[in-house]
Amino acid sequence: MGRIQLENVTKSFGDVEVIPPLNLTIEDGEFAVFVGPSGCGKSTLLRLIAGLEETTSGKVIIDDENMTEVPPSKRGLAMVFQSYALYPHMTVRKNIAFPMRMAGVDEDEQEKRIAAAANALNLTDYLDRKPGQLSGGQRQRVAIGRAIVRDPSAFLFDEPLSNLDAALRVGMRLEISEMHNRMQTTMIYVTHDQVEAMTMADKIVVLQAGVIEQVGSPLELYHKPRNKFVAGFIGSPKMNFISGDEAAKQGAHTIGLRPEHTEVSTTEGLWKGVVGVAEHLGSDTFIHVHDTGLAETFTVRITGDIAVRHGDTVYLTPQAEQIHKFDTDGLRIV
Amino acid sequence: MAIVAQSSKLSNVLWPVLAWIVGLLFFFPIFWMVLTSFKTDADAVKSEYLLWFTPTLENYLNMTENYDYWRFARNSVITSVFATIFTLVVSIPAAYAMAFNPTKRTKDVLMWMLSTKMLPAAAVLYPMTFLTKSLGLFDTHFMIILVLSLINLPIVIWMLFTYFKEIPKDIIEAGKMDGVDTLGEIKEILIPLAWGGIASTALLCFIFCWNEAYWTVRLTTTDAATLSKLIEGNRAPEGLFFGRLSAVSTAAVGPIVVLGWFCQKQLVQGLTFGAVK
Repeated sequence: MGRIQLENVTKSFGDVEVIPPLNLTIEDGEFAVFVGPSGCGKSTLLRLIAGLEETTSGKVIIDDENMTEVPPSKRGLAMVFQSYALYPHMTVRKNIAFPMRMAGVDEDEQEKRIAAAANALNLTDYLDRKPGQLSGGQRQRVAIGRAIVRDPSAFLFDEPLSNLDAALRVGMRLEISEMHNRMQTTMIYVTHDQVEAMTMADKIVVLQAGVIEQVGSPLELYHKPRNKFVAGFIGSPKMNFISGDEAAKQGAHTIGLRPEHTEVSTTEGLWKGVVGVAEHLGSDTFIHVHDTGLAETFTVRITGDIAVRHGDTVYLTPQAEQIHKFDTDGLRIV
Repeated sequence: MAIVAQSSKLSNVLWPVLAWIVGLLFFFPIFWMVLTSFKTDADAVKSEYLLWFTPTLENYLNMTENYDYWRFARNSVITSVFATIFTLVVSIPAAYAMAFNPTKRTKDVLMWMLSTKMLPAAAVLYPMTFLTKSLGLFDTHFMIILVLSLINLPIVIWMLFTYFKEIPKDIIEAGKMDGVDTLGEIKEILIPLAWGGIASTALLCFIFCWNEAYWTVRLTTTDAATLSKLIEGNRAPEGLFFGRLSAVSTAAVGPIVVLGWFCQKQLVQGLTFGAVK
């Protein structure tokens, strides 16, 4: 089991309120991702659940039990840190065994679980090394191994892949997703990378300044962002926002159009512009268009390749059904 | 390039020479003391025997036979060892709390602790002596251990605090998540990680205890008297017996010099702890 509820949880550091009253439920077995720009309070929220920060008010409930006052060691959760936080004076084996030793698991059982974890994480050959002798990816595997063997009711990940290089990040992302599919344990994952959020999550929680902007599945957030912030944060490249006459024509203060929802032509279309930069990836082409009179830069993404270069004139046509409309407060108009 | 090479060549010679001069300057009084300890009291004050004299063990034999050197030495060992242990037992949790759970007032508390070192010992001489005597603790090991601990607590807490600050907070938090209580964090994670720092702090504390003279001289007579008291006691009223005094002093600093020599590596490792992550 691993159902986590936050009831009117707040957190202040001195006079600064970083998390205003917040309510959230994460169901058992769910993969929830907290995403938002840096300083939005997502790590603080995770630490409140872990018990590493004390709530200023409100309740943290784990499996229907009020854990607000319970120390982190007694909450039955496991955490993987951005910095790995391995014990540098212990070998990999001892690092992984540590939580079991603290819990008084007998040695045969410890050995069995270490072997299983090491096998699953490709660490078998490194068990007798110290963390200092491992690469970043291996260290993160050890940290995950240390979390797995405890058999926690939920895993907490605090930006676990941020210190890894891009290629390794993609690999580890897949591994963590597979681990979740296999174990079906609740996981809460904090990241500032919306791609990680989109690819891994069952449920994404978008945060800004300690406030939940929207909670939903990745595709819900993509197709029906509740406000301009979520619309701009989810999706890569970012959504284009247009205000003024073009928006007024649609009966909105601002309209949003994703780069992939705009047609490009060199001969005809609704809006005219000049190509600033064209990025040819082979599979896709990103075109940054200037002088459209709509926004400073209008980004378009098309599948496949198109023969345009810097300085070419292009015509853009939005897919009418994909236009997002927002009112003066930045809220979605349904 | 040529100038750089030349100046680096010059500093290659200059620095070692300078280091040797400073080193010898510091070492000279000790050398002189050891040399004098092998002279008779009469020879010690004669300029013709400055360097060339007939060495004698008379002072040392006299010291062990007539002045009960071993009792003083034993007291020094007992008080220094126990004071160091007691200081560490108090300071490790204190420094841990301040390093990993700081409050707004932590810096003030640290400053306040240090400020107690600014109080001249003489200012509390009377109350201390009075208190010690009226509690019946005069000339006891207990009192000396307590006093030595209290004197060294501020500096030891400061040193440990500095070492502990170097340990990433994440590691301690990982410990919490792995199910360790506060005592376990200190025992399983903090102490093994800060071992170099703790060892060098302990060594320094031990040296301070061993060398302390103000209180050990004033709060003891015989039972708990340390080597400092023995040296003090050899300042005879009928004049200074340099040979005897030097022998006593040599025998008093000897053990600590030997200890420092053996722990050199540990000391250096502890002092450069922050550089290794």
